[in-house]
Amino acid sequence: MNIRNSKYNDALQAYNDKIAAASVEDMVLNMGPQHPSTHGVLRLELITDGEIVKEVIPHMGYLHRCFEKHGESLTYQQTIPFTDRLDYLASMNNSHAWVMGVERMLGIDKDIPKRIEYIRVLVCEMNRIASHLIAIGTYGIDIGAFTPFLWLFKDREHIMGMLEWASGSRMLYNYIWVGGLFYDLPVGFEERAREFINYFRPKMVELNQLLTDNQIFISRTANIGVLPRDVAINYGCSGPMLRGSGLKWDLRRIDNYSVYPEIDFDVPVGKGEMGTLGDCWDRYKVRVDEIEQSLRIMEQCLDRLQNELKRTADFDPRAKLPRKLTPKPQDYYVRCEGAKGELGFYFMHTDARSEIPFRAKVRSPSFNNLSVLPEITKGVMIADLIAIFGSIDIVLGEVDR
Amino acid sequence: MSFEDIKLLLIDRFGADVIEGEETGGLQPALFIAPDLIADVCLELRNNSKTYFDFLSCLTGVDYGVEAGRFGVVYHLASIPYKLQLTLKISKEHDRATGEPVFKSITSVYRTADWHEREAYDLVGIFFEDHPDLRRILLPDDWEGYPLRKDYQTAEFYKGIKIDY
Repeated sequence: MNIRNSKYNDALQAYNDKIAAASVEDMVLNMGPQHPSTHGVLRLELITDGEIVKEVIPHMGYLHRCFEKHGESLTYQQTIPFTDRLDYLASMNNSHAWVMGVERMLGIDKDIPKRIEYIRVLVCEMNRIASHLIAIGTYGIDIGAFTPFLWLFKDREHIMGMLEWASGSRMLYNYIWVGGLFYDLPVGFEERAREFINYFRPKMVELNQLLTDNQIFISRTANIGVLPRDVAINYGCSGPMLRGSGLKWDLRRIDNYSVYPEIDFDVPVGKGEMGTLGDCWDRYKVRVDEIEQSLRIMEQCLDRLQNELKRTADFDPRAKLPRKLTPKPQDYYVRCEGAKGELGFYFMHTDARSEIPFRAKVRSPSFNNLSVLPEITKGVMIADLIAIFGSIDIVLGEVDR
Repeated sequence: MSFEDIKLLLIDRFGADVIEGEETGGLQPALFIAPDLIADVCLELRNNSKTYFDFLSCLTGVDYGVEAGRFGVVYHLASIPYKLQLTLKISKEHDRATGEPVFKSITSVYRTADWHEREAYDLVGIFFEDHPDLRRILLPDDWEGYPLRKDYQTAEFYKGIKIDY
């Protein structure tokens, strides 16, 4: 079956002509797919005039494995490991979103024991910290600061170790299941998590001294890559990208899912402290502030888990696992705040006796955040392009799916 | 603004033909819109001061299967000022032997739709009229077939190289 629409060939031809014309007048420069500052396998085709970037054409798909085909060939429970591989730096958040969607379709989302919900939020926030640490560390490297990267990786390793302790796996956990968890938290996890918080708070002060208030860093990021709020909304940016532009839009507060309504935390937004509102520094700062808020959420979860929701000998996190994962035929779009932004799953379930969705679609935040890159990089220097690109913080596993 | 209000608003603005049906069985109600009017409907919903659906969350291309002979697109809109969500659907019958189904692009309303429509074209094989740059996005330019179609046969060769699964 090779049906080719002639209009498709027109678009391809127009692209080829543009590159051919640019090779005569300007220079076409390939950044990636193996370039370290593309954070994975992304290829940026730059049309440059000297040091000025005239146009950026992103090419992706090097990591494409068609998650959606997996989603519509496997049952809901079997797809959870595949969701871990979308944003592999924050796997817990992905499986949490998927599981929440399925539970709501089954109508069991209100029956989940509180202890399970709190454990889910706890591990999600730990994973969010780990993801932001990578974002900040690699951003430092992009700009030319090597030390923060090593320090933050050392701290992230503590989180990885703890989550490995809980789930048995270092990055791709498969820990949150529909209706429950893989296992309860190991004995001593709560105390260890508290130790980590106490150890980590001073480290953030060090990071601020080293990077946030660093004059070289500010010069490289302030007033660079300004993303106005209306552009951000129109391009579907979300998460720290949108909040960096000064809009208080956090789905943990908007949708109030899971146990977030019971938890007290602030939503940091960009204020344009060092330059213009919505510049690279603002986006960076939002992530730094979010780490602090995630630590607060962790503390509150631990308070509850160590007091009224204490582990008991007869507590079984698999007790509520549904025997049959057969929702009523319906469509459901679930969205939640992943580490990078609005993570959505769209399920189309048509067969009442089937455990397999008819169609599953991911709305990945990185994919949408990246699509604004050609818009905000018109006429910038190549070195600034690196700074802008790093501040978007994408994960290619999620862009390519 | 409730789902019914939005329906009335659209009927008031575009006439009764704009709504082809609705789906209210599940947790999230959906409106079936006349496929040719989708760009106008989105523009109206985005600009109307009572709705302000300024954020396109998700755009999904759907192949309803060989027996149904139907293709569709699902739009998930969100309104940031009013904290609302809305699902719009368009679909039409289409014989897949006659080429790709054609729908109107909404890139002029939401720039998010640009890459989402390219993805829907790439994986489901839905052509979007008036799209500025409808190339494949995730698969190589010379890929044959659309993997998310229900009748897709996995390729045995790619550029003369046998693919081992």
